[in-house]
Amino acid sequence: MSTAIDISDLHVTIGGSHILQGVSLQVASGEVVALLGRNGVGKTTTLRALMGLVPRTGAVRVRDQDVTRWPPHRIARLGVAYVPEDRDVFSALTVGENLRLAEQVAAPNYDGVYELFPELRQRTRQRAGTLSGGQQQMVAVARALLNEWPVLVVDEPSKGLAPRLVSELTDVLARVSATTTMLVVEQNLAVVRRLAQRVVVLDHGAVVHQGPVADLEDARLMRQLLGVSA
Amino acid sequence: MTVLADLTFSAVALSAVYFLAASGLSLIYGLMDVLNFAHGLFMTLGAYAAWDLTTHLTTQLSAPLNFAVGVVAAILAGGLVAGLTELWLIRPLYGRPISQILITIGLDLAAVGLLLGGFGSNSLSMPVPLWLFEATHWGSLNLPNADFVALIAGVVVLVGLEWFLRRTRYGIIIRAGVENRDMVRALGIDVGRAFTLVFVLGGAMAGLAGLLNSVVFSGDLVSPLQGDGLLIFAFIVVVIGGLGSIRGSAVAALLVGVVQDFSNYYLGTHPGMAEIGNLSVVLLLAVVLEWRPRGLFGGTL
Repeated sequence: MSTAIDISDLHVTIGGSHILQGVSLQVASGEVVALLGRNGVGKTTTLRALMGLVPRTGAVRVRDQDVTRWPPHRIARLGVAYVPEDRDVFSALTVGENLRLAEQVAAPNYDGVYELFPELRQRTRQRAGTLSGGQQQMVAVARALLNEWPVLVVDEPSKGLAPRLVSELTDVLARVSATTTMLVVEQNLAVVRRLAQRVVVLDHGAVVHQGPVADLEDARLMRQLLGVSA
Repeated sequence: MTVLADLTFSAVALSAVYFLAASGLSLIYGLMDVLNFAHGLFMTLGAYAAWDLTTHLTTQLSAPLNFAVGVVAAILAGGLVAGLTELWLIRPLYGRPISQILITIGLDLAAVGLLLGGFGSNSLSMPVPLWLFEATHWGSLNLPNADFVALIAGVVVLVGLEWFLRRTRYGIIIRAGVENRDMVRALGIDVGRAFTLVFVLGGAMAGLAGLLNSVVFSGDLVSPLQGDGLLIFAFIVVVIGGLGSIRGSAVAALLVGVVQDFSNYYLGTHPGMAEIGNLSVVLLLAVVLEWRPRGLFGGTL
């Protein structure tokens, strides 16, 4: 199986803080990997560094291309869709404009996106800033799915959502994962169990554990790594 | 009543020039966080390009056509110089605001110095159609034709910009970029192209503002420092309207033009009150900032 994402010895320093201290991880094509860890260990920074959104050193390869020095837009065009933490929808733009902005292929898959999120079809003229948190998350995920890109990078998709919406969104991501490589940061272990085949645990800006998702069932290990009872 | 109507019309025409000068400045700051002190230079170069072409190259054309050539020359010169400025000087300095301010101030000083050396410090007279200095009589009103030209230009640019920002893909990119540049990049969009385009657009509008400022308010005269004088009011308009907001710039330009013209007319003839118009504008700025520190429309495009 080829490697879709290959990060090695990734270092990020922001404002004098050495946030990532040599992160290395791989995601095989078609695989879903969950990036776990306590708050502030560098999970979001790892995804932002992968996308080229923060200055970094080390090596980042995506779909067999060395993208370490590439700007974010070139990395994305390689086929990497990104759903950031806190959604980052453009609040002054309508839902339709948010989706239009994401179009990068000749035939964006609007039918597929509206099938997954029927509610968005009725809200294309509504300003994204007036949507609820759940609806904004739908826009953020829809934006990422529009081009049917082969790699999906998702940062805390369930954050701040009601349980019913978490369940619906997890269903969508599970459907997408059948055809897409995914690297997902997620605190909700039920979501991780549903989506991921493998987990990577960060602590103090470095990988401290990698293993199959079944490792989540090891209560002692989870308490040690995440400080939670799995 | 007639005086009030004449005065209002004149103030709105002045506002149109302020809007043309400020809208590009506002877009450039809103999208790129660049405080562009060379914007006054784009205005000056627009006026000089129009003067040079209409005085030396196209004199055989009829006066209206010659003026139209001048308008196009001003727009192209402003846009071209602004685009080159972004590509050569600003692009290597993104994320370094102090360096950007210094280099744009330096560019302005150097270019104005070159203009002074090349053309002298005296104002130059631009050939314009005589009807620009005439007035249209409407009932008891005397409305200067030059004011009409400024007003039409301002409205056309406002409507055109609104259409561009709301209906075109680049417009959507620019509006999104004002809100969150990183996310636009992460969607696979080269924001650098949008940056250059915004500079070109801003420079083109500045060039037009420079020409209209010469024609409407300076008695067809072009001078090396005219853009810098206009730049101060453009900055005030941008701050009152809200950095990055085109609608804000339009409303703020109207406020500034009206306050300045009315103050000058009603108070400026009193002894020691010659600068009351400018002072009133600064007071307006202070009041708005006290009331709304981010400007009237801060945060929206």
